[in-house]
Amino acid sequence: MSNSTHEAGAAVTGRQSGFYAWINKRFPLDRMLKEHVTEYYAPKNLNWWYVFGFLSMLVLVIQLVTGIFLTMSYKPAAADAFASVEYIMRDVEWGWLLRYMHSTGASLFFVVVYIHMFRALMYGSYRSPRELLWVFGMFIYLALSAEAFFGYLLPWGQMSYWGAQVIVSLAGAIPMVGESLVEWVRGDFFISDITLNRFFALHVIAVPLVLIGLVVVHILALHQVGSNNPDGVEIKEKKGPDGKPLDGVPFHPYDTAKDLVAMIVFLIVFSAIVFFAPEMGGYFLEHANFEPADPLKTPEHIAPVWYFTPFYAVLRAVPDKLGGVILMGGAMLILFFLPWLDRSPVKSLRYRGWMSKTALAAFVVSFVALGFLGTQPATGMYTILARVFTVIYFGYFLLMPLYTKYDAVKPVPERVSHHG
Amino acid sequence: MGRKLIICWLALIPGLASAAGGAGYLQPVDVDISNEAALQRGSKYFVNYCLGCHSAKYVRYNRLALDLGLTEEQLTDNLMFTGERPFDTMDISMPAQEAANWFGRTPPDLSLVARARGESWIYSFLKSFYLDPSKPTGANNLVLSGASMPHVLWELQGTQRAIFREEIDSEGNSHEVFDRFEIVSPGSMDATQYDTMVRDLVTFLSYIGEPVQLERRALGIKVILFLLVFLLFAILLKKEIWKDVH
Repeated sequence: MSNSTHEAGAAVTGRQSGFYAWINKRFPLDRMLKEHVTEYYAPKNLNWWYVFGFLSMLVLVIQLVTGIFLTMSYKPAAADAFASVEYIMRDVEWGWLLRYMHSTGASLFFVVVYIHMFRALMYGSYRSPRELLWVFGMFIYLALSAEAFFGYLLPWGQMSYWGAQVIVSLAGAIPMVGESLVEWVRGDFFISDITLNRFFALHVIAVPLVLIGLVVVHILALHQVGSNNPDGVEIKEKKGPDGKPLDGVPFHPYDTAKDLVAMIVFLIVFSAIVFFAPEMGGYFLEHANFEPADPLKTPEHIAPVWYFTPFYAVLRAVPDKLGGVILMGGAMLILFFLPWLDRSPVKSLRYRGWMSKTALAAFVVSFVALGFLGTQPATGMYTILARVFTVIYFGYFLLMPLYTKYDAVKPVPERVSHHG
Repeated sequence: MGRKLIICWLALIPGLASAAGGAGYLQPVDVDISNEAALQRGSKYFVNYCLGCHSAKYVRYNRLALDLGLTEEQLTDNLMFTGERPFDTMDISMPAQEAANWFGRTPPDLSLVARARGESWIYSFLKSFYLDPSKPTGANNLVLSGASMPHVLWELQGTQRAIFREEIDSEGNSHEVFDRFEIVSPGSMDATQYDTMVRDLVTFLSYIGEPVQLERRALGIKVILFLLVFLLFAILLKKEIWKDVH
């Protein structure tokens, strides 16, 4: 709408006038909205696997907001922490809801992030030109893991305490500096009040700052290269006379409307857990964590929360402690190299042959199986199975240059396939 | 569930129980914390039989009265005996250190026992005390072997003996496994009354483990109904917006 059609002094609305124009002269609001929202073109063939990036953002916001309110009543001291959580659960208005949203959010954060990562594996979203986007995403995953680990100590229950004790002591396997390193991390000779205090600082300030920064960088990188899609076709290569991708739709209102549907479906699942099964059978809130931390009483069975159990199973599959730590670290870090391990001429699994499809299926099975084995005692058959699945897990990555190179591929279409 | 049925059922599980490493003998129980009468009876048993040694230090008396449908007068007359104020929590005056000297360990706080151990565990525990002269308290427990807690409910349940039998496992080793309980002297309650009493206690402990349980479920239904309606509109909006994309 142009100002020239209006009489002077008449009330004018619209983007070029009034307050909005005043802002835009001083801040690139309009330009940013266009670049990232209303004129960011996303492929029109994105399917429902593509909502999990948005859902990760949603959970991040839930965690930040509920976290801020929990901090107002939580006390980061060994003598008070456990009681303050119960105070939140019983005496703080809506405290129970905040706490359950935060604890459920932590688990669901990993659910949506794992699905988001699986989608990238499936459609080759880490391939050129999206290597850096993938690497930033991996850093987000590491930061998220750190955030979850530090946060899990805060309720100061038995599992908080002994889980932290086990994980921190892993660093002790490092030759020469190991033991000193463990002491330095804990700030004490055992997990103590001092450890709790610093984990609190890391959980509420340091890691969230890093996380938010990384999320911004991840989205900027995405908008620089554009979204991949289930066909693995670059929509920027086919533009119309107006310079817009022929197979793209503006993020808003198209993808925002779609994300809204995804958001509500997610919130229904989220609410079902928060209101009807907040412990999720002991997987989201472990039973042993309803007993206050007792440094003198080791629980019979120590297992990390479910989202770390695949890596925990890898750790225990190796008879040597240092070897186990190296392999566990390797299981996480090897994901960083995915863009350079994949030699397939096509991106999406849709146009790949049986080798890539089998490899991805075997990887998913091994990840889930390791996740289960990590919750079980490491004895007999379970240890053997953990070793088998660890080999498959690493095989997916280490053999990738071979099977992606020799795998038969189907021709990729010029334009995306979309069945509206 | 009748006593005979429990005994029959128990007789079936020792194999399972020993496979699980001795922590077995659990009898599943299902309690309904919306049963206000059971909660009121449970609270009475709790303050009379448990609160002497076990605290419930996160539970506030007046919150209890509110959730259990008691007036403040009913609360102070029936549940508060030692000059607490209604807004106090269910603390005890027994010093923790001395309690540890007396019993071998400090009796744990019971606010969260139902969440930490589970309802079936408490239910089975309270029904599984048996005479054992080798123990300082004269009683042992099938669920928690060597429990330092005496059988404080013996006057109600009576005393019972545990009968064990020899069993040979597949590897030829013999094990002593629990067979059944045998009444030695009856208590003031019969088996059914005692079972109901233990259920009431478990119901109460489940409630104090998470007082907000009922409220949380009631709110959950409303939230999910709202979201379902919202979902319908969101789907229609998405269809409308995408209808011209081919």
